[in-house]
Amino acid sequence: MATLPGVSGRGPAGEATASGVTSMASTGTSSEDPRKFALRVRGVTKVYRTDSLEVLALRGVDLDMLVSELIVLVGPSGSGKSTLLNILGGLDQPTAGQVLFGDLDLASCGEAALTRYRRDHVGFVFQFYNLIPSLTAEENVALVTEISRDPMDPGEALSLVGLEERRNHFPAQLSGGEQQRVAIARAIAKRPAILLCDEPTGALDSRTGVRVLEAIERVNKVLGTTTALITHNAGIADMADRVLSFADGRIAEVRENTRKRPAKEIAW
Amino acid sequence: MTTALNRKLTRDIWHMRGQILAVAIVIASGVAMLVMSLGTMQSLDETARAYYERYGFAQVFATVKRAPERLARKIGKIPGVQAVETRIFEFAILDIAGFEEPLLGSIVSIPEQGEPLLNRLALRAGRLVAPGRPDEVVISEPFALAHSLTPGDRVGAILNGHWRNLEIVGIALSPEFVYAIGPGALMPDDKRFGILWMGREALAAAFDLDGAFNDVSLSLMRGAQPQEVIDRLDQILARHGGIGAIERADQISNWFLMNEIEQMRTMSAILPTIFLAVAAFLTNMILARLIATEREEIGLLKAFGYSNWAVAWHYIKLVFAMAGIGILLGWGVGYWLGLINTRLYAENFDFPFLYYRPSPAVFIVVALISLAVAMLGALGSVRHAAALPPAVAMRPPAPPAYSRTWFSLILARWFDQPTRIVIRQILRWPVRSFLTTAGIAMSVAVMITALQWVDAINRMIDVNFQQAQRQDVSVGLVESRSSEILREFARLPGVLTVEPFRAVAARLRAGSRHKRIAIEGVPNTPRLNLVYDTSERPVSVSPGGLVMSTKLAEVLGVGRGDMITVEVLEDRRPVFEVPVMDLFETYIGTPVYMEIGTLNRVMRERPAIDGAHLLVDPTAMPALFRALKKTPKVSGVLLRRAVIDTFEETMGKLLLVFVSFFAGFAATLAVGTTYNSARIALSERGRDLATLRVLGFSRAEVSYILLGEVAILTLLAMPLGCLAGYGLVAWVITNAFDTELFRLPLIIEDSTYGYAVLLGLAASIVTAALVRMRIDRLDLIAVLKTRE
Ligand SMILES: Nc1ncnc2c1ncn2[C@@H]1O[C@H](COP(=O)(O)OP(=O)(O)OP(=O)(O)O)[C@@H](O)[C@H]1O
Ligand SMILES: [Mg+2]
Repeated sequence: MATLPGVSGRGPAGEATASGVTSMASTGTSSEDPRKFALRVRGVTKVYRTDSLEVLALRGVDLDMLVSELIVLVGPSGSGKSTLLNILGGLDQPTAGQVLFGDLDLASCGEAALTRYRRDHVGFVFQFYNLIPSLTAEENVALVTEISRDPMDPGEALSLVGLEERRNHFPAQLSGGEQQRVAIARAIAKRPAILLCDEPTGALDSRTGVRVLEAIERVNKVLGTTTALITHNAGIADMADRVLSFADGRIAEVRENTRKRPAKEIAW
Repeated sequence: MTTALNRKLTRDIWHMRGQILAVAIVIASGVAMLVMSLGTMQSLDETARAYYERYGFAQVFATVKRAPERLARKIGKIPGVQAVETRIFEFAILDIAGFEEPLLGSIVSIPEQGEPLLNRLALRAGRLVAPGRPDEVVISEPFALAHSLTPGDRVGAILNGHWRNLEIVGIALSPEFVYAIGPGALMPDDKRFGILWMGREALAAAFDLDGAFNDVSLSLMRGAQPQEVIDRLDQILARHGGIGAIERADQISNWFLMNEIEQMRTMSAILPTIFLAVAAFLTNMILARLIATEREEIGLLKAFGYSNWAVAWHYIKLVFAMAGIGILLGWGVGYWLGLINTRLYAENFDFPFLYYRPSPAVFIVVALISLAVAMLGALGSVRHAAALPPAVAMRPPAPPAYSRTWFSLILARWFDQPTRIVIRQILRWPVRSFLTTAGIAMSVAVMITALQWVDAINRMIDVNFQQAQRQDVSVGLVESRSSEILREFARLPGVLTVEPFRAVAARLRAGSRHKRIAIEGVPNTPRLNLVYDTSERPVSVSPGGLVMSTKLAEVLGVGRGDMITVEVLEDRRPVFEVPVMDLFETYIGTPVYMEIGTLNRVMRERPAIDGAHLLVDPTAMPALFRALKKTPKVSGVLLRRAVIDTFEETMGKLLLVFVSFFAGFAATLAVGTTYNSARIALSERGRDLATLRVLGFSRAEVSYILLGEVAILTLLAMPLGCLAGYGLVAWVITNAFDTELFRLPLIIEDSTYGYAVLLGLAASIVTAALVRMRIDRLDLIAVLKTRE
């Protein structure tokens, strides 16, 4: 059942390779065959201008995300993690640089293309769940599957996160952790090429957080979805293939885990 | 003082300017309508009062056949009488060079020296007549304007059968002819009806009334009872052919004017009420939403030590600001519309001057009403804000409880997720959804009310002038004559058919009720001027009794078969009893008919008529006109076509203004309501919508979710609005337009519903487009950073 994004033709062309094995540690880029990359980031900067003030949120980021790789982003508050993630997800565009998804440059394409990109290829999970309160768990998932080209059944997505028996509950009737798992189910039900999670466990306690992480891990493994996850929790970094440490709008350090730690062994 | 809280207030106002303006505009509409109608009413009332006062408009009027001048003394001695003015008052055919049709004129005497005591003329140009110049006349201003006549010009008139060439020396207006309506006409026709004032001696000579009068008007002392004076006057005049005196309230021109003011009063009660009610609802909606979003701030303020009252006052100030903008706007617009409206009325009523200075009291009262209404709308929310305990306030509100019901199963079957969001949202807030629908529906209803006028008037014209009347020309005689004159009429050029009529002034009595009216004698089965029921049924007038309009029956409190006492006020003044044989419904007036043979018999006269209706070969019309201008016995000629044209022209102009006013007001209602409900939906669900955008929904798809709700509510509002429109029209018609003068038919054409619905939809679409621009600017990232 694990259809890989690359094979199903919805991800960037190319075959699935093993998890990222090589990288140039200092920059986080790789010079290998571009078709094996889910996303390639080149010299991205982002400047926020407010009145007279200029904030340099990103000061030149290069990054290649390998297909089905799980990347964790860590770093101090204000270092630019969310800014990068939003750019990767097509929510925002960089001031300069390129973000390549296959042949599509997210940095220069228009609003409609970005919407199309989000709709077909990206799954988002946020700290505050962002479920629609007037739709049940299953309907929240269906919201996405109804507009996708090759979605899985909403029930199937919910069972991937272990919530199939809560399908008919409204968000208000679910716990925070459960809501977050519904959000994950909603994010992956379209079989996205890329799953982006911004502090998905930020509002959860350790035990609940682990269940959410397990769901993400499972999706990454079973579906081979390229995943980027922001966290303030050093422990969580252990479940990644690569850990990117942000500082002051740059990737300051890249660490590769030789052994990925299963989510259920993580605690904080 | 710019405290932090006041700064928050100004920022809130700026932030919500769109919504605040939308509410302000609805309030402004209500205020403007009130100021407009109260202002116009006041202006007409004051203008009339001042005019009457300054020019000595009489308080009692009577006509007689011929009374000796010495009676004036006797009349002056009736207790309560202040001044007596005797006159000669006649009708005549006028002839203006270059105008083919014969025209009708009222010829009224004025003293040859000095001014009349009562009903003085407001001279607009030239001078009054000079003594010893029998051919000098003063003519009425509207008539002069319609024919571009100025002092020095000449006008032909057939006075008592003699053609006279009269010289115009002055142009004037009179308080007696503010609404200058000719006999048999429905509205003033300045082209075809004019008033000529001539010297008393000259007129007496022309009509063989030397040392006599046939018209008298009185003014009364303060506190005198008009009815007592009238009774005494009637006694004195009875032997001289008096047909019953009337008081000022029944004087035709004044009666029309007061009727108009009365109608305006009714209209000013209902329409502004609708607008202010909607404004209250919108205020409520906005405030409830604002307070919901500011829960935590309210909690914080209270935690900092602000009192409940300080918090309440903060929001009350917002309401004041909102209502204040609306009131100022409404004052301005209302003042201006009132001016337009007053001028428009002044065109139909002839005043020598016009006061338009709505009193400050009007503005203040209207402002207070609007403020109170807005406060009423805000009361619940403000109280809620004041009562919120700080600890509770700082917790987010309990999430709305959506639940799965049998309805959800239907939803699940039939609709996609976005549609389900829309439907659940509507069901989640049923009261608000309903009130939104009601607000839009009221705009449709207001529009229907305005447009219905056109339908009603078309219907009146159709039934009254097209279906019931088949004659081309109606001819009135100077005085009743033997029916042999019909043969003369039949010989006039182009005349195809002739139908006689007799008109007798009488007082009808039934129990304690009575009414002065002209009984019309007509053939058993009229073929030209039909006795016609509004159900489009001709009624035949069988001999032996009265056939009466339902409105007259209502006034007299009688029904079919009841006996009526008829006191004839002319000739031998017979008194007799007759049954009501049949009733029929009319839109105009309170007519009553009798078979002409029966009428002649009870009048104890040989067959006599007062005029005839003629069917004419259209090609022979000019020849007929020429002949009629030379017929001495004819006192008036009425062309059916001209009556319809005048009616349509006058009403058309009024309606155009009226309908555009209301279209504007209705649109503000629709826009105000839709805009606010869409903006509030956007504020409540901006976060959901942004999430959907993040998930890959396009702008159009996201707009569908928000505007879909507005669209559904708007669509629901359309049939509801049509229904409410029908109800409103029915209410207005029975309350404002059911008079003895006319009854507006309750007819609403499909096209009226259509136009009203189109306007409602158009207003909603424009609003939707405005809100859509907001949706396109949703900040996706900001939404993700915050918890709701
Ligand atoms: N809309 C904005 N306008 C102005 N500055 C912004 C905006 N969004 C982000 N910034 C600035 O950009 C910088 C990077 O912000 P970003 O949200 O990416 O940080 P982050 O690494 O995600 O921090 P955190 O861990 O606290 O979420 C910050 O200095 C922030 O103040
Ligand atoms: Mg962040």
